[in-house]
Amino acid sequence: MKRKIILAVAVILCFVLQSTVFQALSFASIAPNLLIVLTASLGFMRGRKEGMLVGFFSGLLLDIFFGSVLGFYALLYMYVGYINGFFQKIFFPEDIKLPIILLSASDVACNLFVYFFQFLFRKKFAFSYYLFHIIIPELVYTILVMIFQYFIILKVNQKLEAEEKRGAAKFV
Amino acid sequence: MKRKSKFKIPSKYLLMGLTIIAGTLIYVSLTMNLSGGPLNTVAGYVFVPMQQGINHVGSWLKDKTDNLKNLKDVMSENQKLKEQVHSLTLELNTIKLEQYELDNLRELLDLDQKYPSYEKVAANVIGKDAGNWFSTFTIDKGSKDGIDVDMNVLAGSGLVGIVTDVGPNYAKIRSIIDDTSKISGMLLTTSDRCIVHGDLQEMNENQNILFNNLKDSDNEANVGDPVVTSYISDKYLQGILIGYINTIEVDSNNLTKSGTITPVVDFEHIEAVLVILDKKQSGQEESK
Repeated sequence: MKRKIILAVAVILCFVLQSTVFQALSFASIAPNLLIVLTASLGFMRGRKEGMLVGFFSGLLLDIFFGSVLGFYALLYMYVGYINGFFQKIFFPEDIKLPIILLSASDVACNLFVYFFQFLFRKKFAFSYYLFHIIIPELVYTILVMIFQYFIILKVNQKLEAEEKRGAAKFV
Repeated sequence: MKRKSKFKIPSKYLLMGLTIIAGTLIYVSLTMNLSGGPLNTVAGYVFVPMQQGINHVGSWLKDKTDNLKNLKDVMSENQKLKEQVHSLTLELNTIKLEQYELDNLRELLDLDQKYPSYEKVAANVIGKDAGNWFSTFTIDKGSKDGIDVDMNVLAGSGLVGIVTDVGPNYAKIRSIIDDTSKISGMLLTTSDRCIVHGDLQEMNENQNILFNNLKDSDNEANVGDPVVTSYISDKYLQGILIGYINTIEVDSNNLTKSGTITPVVDFEHIEAVLVILDKKQSGQEESK
């Protein structure tokens, strides 16, 4: 129960910060993507189910407030969380390489899908422009923010897991 | 590992279920043009107060730093003057339009169309699109304040965009610089029509929007001419200033012209907007 509340608070916090503070702090109208970092890290820390649910609700929020079609981001973020869940088996908290690769790949993949479905389908073929002016700048900025955000998520998750273990031990 | 789990759905079935839900949502909102409905209400009451709070803190901090620089007085004066310029520009445009119409329709006395002063409501911007692809934003007024889908949004004297979705206490606006935005525009000087559309690439590089299909057979359109919303647009009210022509060139078909427009609104720093509460009467609703 506690975990669910904390997850909900984390999604809300990331969404609110991303749509207000980080839009004001944007460089050359590029802002980082906090929700994808949250979704992907919970995916590989906690497994497919949790990543999927966090992704679904994060995406749904984006759809309600900013999307043109309801459900598009929900679907996209849900699959990002789910696919990251497969890497839970090879994830170790001490190793920073895998999270950075996974989080970056998630951000790029997400943007590629947005480009594919919402720009390419409207005959906007200048892919290299969008790659170098939207996707890569966003990736760089997201990596900068991700380093802090990832460690906060990691610490909170470890604390929660330790607490849950103690709670489980009591019942045995 | 834990207590006896009650009932657990395997994650792949959950994934399948949620995929179907999301797919249905996409299909429904694409075909029936439905928006969130109850979702909008719930989300509005949860998130709008938070975003408002953060923006209040932000503007308070900004205010304080301005104070430190002893610039506040100058700034408020500047603001007032800017507002005056905006209102005068708006007035001037209306007068120009009226003049044009007067010249053209003087003999048609029964057609006494006027440009009424529209009823407006002011609102603050509380959130901007969380991604980097589109230019949509949310404001802190919604259906409770009389805002409805398809209402026009202004900032100063220029067109900002159109309301695409409303909740009880917030509204979603698609700005004219958004990549998917298309408006029927008109040159004030020659009253030739064109299509004005936002473009992410042009906006990022030169802070401009594009226009095309300008039929200027008399070759009278010049750089610097004001472009306003046209009379045939079914959603945008007539005569709202969009921007000024920045570049213009003849298309390869030698019939139409296209180019770029510099919008009058500074889209990077929009904080407050005006929503026009009157909607364009396109005549379609009456025939329904």
